[in-house]
Amino acid sequence: MADLVKRIFLDPSRCIGCRSCVAACRECDTHKGASMIYIDYLERHNSVASSPTLCMHCEDPLAPCAQVCPAQAILVSPDGVVQSADETRCIYCENCGYACPFGVPKFNVSGHYMQKCNLCYDRTSQGKGPMCATVCPTQAIFYGTYEEWVAAGRAKQGAKPVNTFFFGQQRVQTRNYVIMREQDEELDLMALVEEANLGWRAGLPAATANQYADAWVDAETAGIPQREAPPQPWTPRQPLEPAPVQR
Amino acid sequence: MSVDKGIFRGRQRQQDTFDFHSGEQSPTPWKSEEQIDRYVPTHCCYCGVQCGMYLKVAQGKVVGVEPRADFPLNHGMLCPKGTTAYQTVNHPDRLTYPLMRRNGKESPLERASWDEVLDTIAGRFRAIQGKYGKDAVAIYSGSSMTNEKCYLMGKFARVALGTRHTDYNGRLCMSSATGANERSLGIDRAANPISDMLHADCIFVIGANVGECFPIVTSYLWQARDRGCKLIVADPRQTPIARTADIFLPLRSGTDSALLNGMLHVIIKEGLIDEDFIGERTVGWEETKAMVEQYPPERVAKVCGLRPEAIIEAARMFGRANAALIYQARGLEHQSKGVDNGVTAINLALATGNFGRPGAGYGTLTGQGNGQGGREVGQKASQLPGCRDIEDAEDRAYICSVWGINEKNLPHAGYPATLMIPAMLRQEIRACFMICSNPMVSLPDQHTVEQALRGLDLFVVTDFFLSETAELADIVLPGSVWAEDEGTITSLEGRVIKYNKAVDPPGEARVDWKIVCDLARRLGKGEYFNFHSAREIFDELRLCTRGAKSDYWGITYEKIEEQNGVFWPCPGEDHPGTPRLYEERFGFPDGKARFHPIVYIPPAEEPDEEYPLVLTTGRVIYHYLSGNQTRRVPFLKEQAPYPWVEMHEQTAARSGIQDGDWVTVRTRRGEMTAPALVVRSIRPDTLFIPYHYGHTQAVNQLTNPVLEPMMKIPEYKVCAAAVVRAPQKPEWAKDVDEAALIEAGRRRHELPIAHAQPNPTLR
Repeated sequence: MADLVKRIFLDPSRCIGCRSCVAACRECDTHKGASMIYIDYLERHNSVASSPTLCMHCEDPLAPCAQVCPAQAILVSPDGVVQSADETRCIYCENCGYACPFGVPKFNVSGHYMQKCNLCYDRTSQGKGPMCATVCPTQAIFYGTYEEWVAAGRAKQGAKPVNTFFFGQQRVQTRNYVIMREQDEELDLMALVEEANLGWRAGLPAATANQYADAWVDAETAGIPQREAPPQPWTPRQPLEPAPVQR
Repeated sequence: MSVDKGIFRGRQRQQDTFDFHSGEQSPTPWKSEEQIDRYVPTHCCYCGVQCGMYLKVAQGKVVGVEPRADFPLNHGMLCPKGTTAYQTVNHPDRLTYPLMRRNGKESPLERASWDEVLDTIAGRFRAIQGKYGKDAVAIYSGSSMTNEKCYLMGKFARVALGTRHTDYNGRLCMSSATGANERSLGIDRAANPISDMLHADCIFVIGANVGECFPIVTSYLWQARDRGCKLIVADPRQTPIARTADIFLPLRSGTDSALLNGMLHVIIKEGLIDEDFIGERTVGWEETKAMVEQYPPERVAKVCGLRPEAIIEAARMFGRANAALIYQARGLEHQSKGVDNGVTAINLALATGNFGRPGAGYGTLTGQGNGQGGREVGQKASQLPGCRDIEDAEDRAYICSVWGINEKNLPHAGYPATLMIPAMLRQEIRACFMICSNPMVSLPDQHTVEQALRGLDLFVVTDFFLSETAELADIVLPGSVWAEDEGTITSLEGRVIKYNKAVDPPGEARVDWKIVCDLARRLGKGEYFNFHSAREIFDELRLCTRGAKSDYWGITYEKIEEQNGVFWPCPGEDHPGTPRLYEERFGFPDGKARFHPIVYIPPAEEPDEEYPLVLTTGRVIYHYLSGNQTRRVPFLKEQAPYPWVEMHEQTAARSGIQDGDWVTVRTRRGEMTAPALVVRSIRPDTLFIPYHYGHTQAVNQLTNPVLEPMMKIPEYKVCAAAVVRAPQKPEWAKDVDEAALIEAGRRRHELPIAHAQPNPTLR
């Protein structure tokens, strides 16, 4: 049976770190001016790689943030969308922040309440896409059903959506997916953290010709033909034609 | 039980501002309560991609943006500039009345009436022209405005002022591409629509930071790769698209033509050329073949600072593709041999037969919103509307018949924008009318530019914000932004699209074309500028281009709306437009493309003992051109508030520089100080500084003003530089609120790890 649930498919390999989603999230009418998305440069020192993080809308266990909320401020609507905290109920205990596997909830200090992604409920409940996925210039954030994702040609190069995460022994299954490789069944985040070693892997080959920079020679030494053209600031290398009238 | 959060806060609503986000963060969740009156379908005001968007209008004000899924290029996608573009409309910095210095250059800019300023301009232009000749007044125009306005500026110069000196900021942007297109292909337009990327087997991007400068085009690259298309990227920095490319060639700035010659050499050696195509559709192959014979990849690699195997591999990948595309941008165009670089890229596409088929072609990614239209409609020094030649007798006669003037009164070619500066210094040009340009950020060698502009007898600037250049003006006229006028734009694909009017200009500000027409009337030429709407101007422009290379005759406002844009040439009412060029013939009379043998020319300034590094400049995603608009949008400003110096950790280690240190970069023209960003994603011999900033933050204080011989584009992308640790913060950073920046960084939520730990050194 076709999966009719519209989900977000996050593909960090497509992300260019432009923060369009962040800018667009601020335009959402339910929390105008505040963005619920995070864009991180993973290791800016080594690479321009970046990755979006947004609420994954956990399905199993269902919304840990809501489960731990002592004030029942976080509601899950029947279509499985985990809503932002009801500001009149939220007691600002930050329990949800500790419970969330992905570190998503934001706390409005002056207002004493939590805010998080509600999948642009005003838009998605009316059949429109959420702001972030609609504007994302590279479609690193894709919104639609699994069939739509496949129909968009996204599964061809061995991409596979994964929605199972392990945090040590704890398994979390989410509404939204992250795009991984064919061989990946789940994401063990603790193992990845250890492997990533927080940017300390200095031995990684750099992308940019480290070892060839010193070997640079000019064209004459290298033995390829070149044409000399001495610099003449603010004047062209050849006279202007037709020459303007001299007065 | 509910807790009333009112206990914790005094309820407050956002002030009515241009940016609903910039004020105090409201403790109350901001819920949009205004009733949206209209959704105006239009396009983004920034880069050449011209994404479709809706502007939300409430009570006569632009209050927001809504993605527009029905425009076939972007399908609703927007970059952060586009998402926040609406915030420039109601911006508090908008100029709402004319400004004038009444008592000479030293006096302040004071409020004046329209009649006063326009009469002053007309009177003084006449006086200067009477005393020093017609050519003593120059027009310096721009390309980030509609075809109607661009066309009008050319006509204003030639008809109202009668000066030969009219040019535009596209001179600094895509003129090299124009030169290459005209020399090799005969038509100055990208050969393919962007959607052709989805049919390509290999895409070669050279000198184009697609991810940051044309973000929406990235989605086409990625979709092509979903289909298995190969991607080759050549750039001295690891750009976002280079990160996952099949082959990344981190070449040294300024060696593009050597690399392209080397690749063509390999393609010939491996027998990957398309002999049928070369024989039937091109001329000049033998000379080019003999020339590239002398560029074996082993030698080229040394000059480009690359591995020879990488060049060979890239050439094979490109040559073996059934359909391959080359895209280039400012990286290889902003050089004193920019035209040559473009020609070598075209040589590569011609030799492999990659033209006139889906997914096969060559294109330049034009940077300015109307970079394509602006260079066709006759505001250039040597051009009449429709890419017509101002020295061609037939073209002159035709345009004069449309304009109703005597051919004797139509001036001949004048100075390109970059040569206006020395002409101002020589006092050959004594007055200048500038619109849609900010050379105090965008021209190289800023100190010389400032001297030239300050020396003018009368300097008039039309802008909607007080730009760095407008600060130097004697008279500033408040113009309109894109949402306050209608008109057509030609995007980087050659697709003519239309802006729709959303609101009226604020205060006394006026629509630009009305200012120009009013001024023409006061110069006694009102009969030639009797326009009542943008549509009338467009209709005259259509007539001017009839039968010309860039033929707009069959394009009407209605047709643009119906078809979601029309590709020129469109010679008749029933013609659908031409998305892909060169399917049958090239733009020369014999229908054949031209090969040109290109000898490698080194950059005008090579590193030496004193200046051992290569400085290159470019854009960042958050800013557009001189930043006059984007630096005023809080979200964008927060992301990239001031320039930085990107350098490799090896370079940093040699100079004892750590990430975040203030460093001073010096060249033969000047110096500037900015914080260092120490990374491994740039060549070790290269420094990068973004150019969007003005005054002492302008990297163009440092760049080399040497010009390309054919098109006079300056060499922004290569000059010799030295870097040292700065003893202290620069003057401009004294006011920088570092606590606010740290807070902004925290809000952006970058992982702190890259900053917190010392850079591992590689030895």
